[in-house]
Amino acid sequence: MMPDLGKYAGEVTSAYIASLVLLGVLVLWTLLRGRAARAELQDAEQENGKDG
Amino acid sequence: MSIWSYANPVKFLGLSAKVQPFLWGASAICVVGGLIWGFFGTPDDFRQGSTVKIIYLHVPAALMAINAWFMMLVTSLIWLIRRHHVSALAAKAAAPVGVVMTLIALVTGAIWGQPMWGTWWAWDPRLTSFLILFLFYLGYIALWEAVEDPDTAADLTSILCLVGSVFAVLSRYAVQFWNQGLHQGTSIPVATGGRSVADVFFYPLLMCMVGFGLLFLALVLYRTGTEIRLRRAAALRARAGRAA
Repeated sequence: MMPDLGKYAGEVTSAYIASLVLLGVLVLWTLLRGRAARAELQDAEQENGKDG
Repeated sequence: MSIWSYANPVKFLGLSAKVQPFLWGASAICVVGGLIWGFFGTPDDFRQGSTVKIIYLHVPAALMAINAWFMMLVTSLIWLIRRHHVSALAAKAAAPVGVVMTLIALVTGAIWGQPMWGTWWAWDPRLTSFLILFLFYLGYIALWEAVEDPDTAADLTSILCLVGSVFAVLSRYAVQFWNQGLHQGTSIPVATGGRSVADVFFYPLLMCMVGFGLLFLALVLYRTGTEIRLRRAAALRARAGRAA
């Protein structure tokens, strides 16, 4: 159940939403970039294997 | 085994893969648990009302914003002195995490400051030094992207990190250096052991601080692995290009 935040409800909820969005974007971006890096390394190793 | 053996990227990735599940799990439990505890399970402050709940985001983010820069300082010094590539890449990996933590601290501070101080922003010593730290983070990231040769980029960003450390120290101690600011003093002074936060707020805050710290470690280890893989892929492509 949502606590009664009184007259500061807007400030408190906006602080939580802004922070959680920023943290969420950071974690998601980190994981997507990590996945892309793994794929890129795999491609480079395969190409190198073919050439070498 | 010496700690320097983890400067070997293969050994670093092996250790990192082992500890990361624990770090991700523990950070999720502490951050989610601490925020739920703080938001739903703590009373309003008699003076600040419900805005006191912003402390569970603002303080851990500010703590990590400063400590991320100190971690970058240590790894930059290791790069400059011992030339271990993993340490330079760890500093590079930590910067985006630090910039997000600084942004969270600035945004939540502004939202908290408006009802308490009557203004979103003041050129207060701590706020100003934090803004400068934020700009240093942006400059540090931009410098890594701007320089093509990775070793030169690591050298230049390490020097920038040394200079920026002045503002990281100022962000931490500004409230002790100058007394004319709006920002209150340190709530939990580590050196003296005393604190101005009541237990009912302190324990969920402590849980959030531990959670943010573990999340920072998990993110930096994961991102350092990403940087190592990208560097290895670039080296392989360069070698293939020379052979062709």
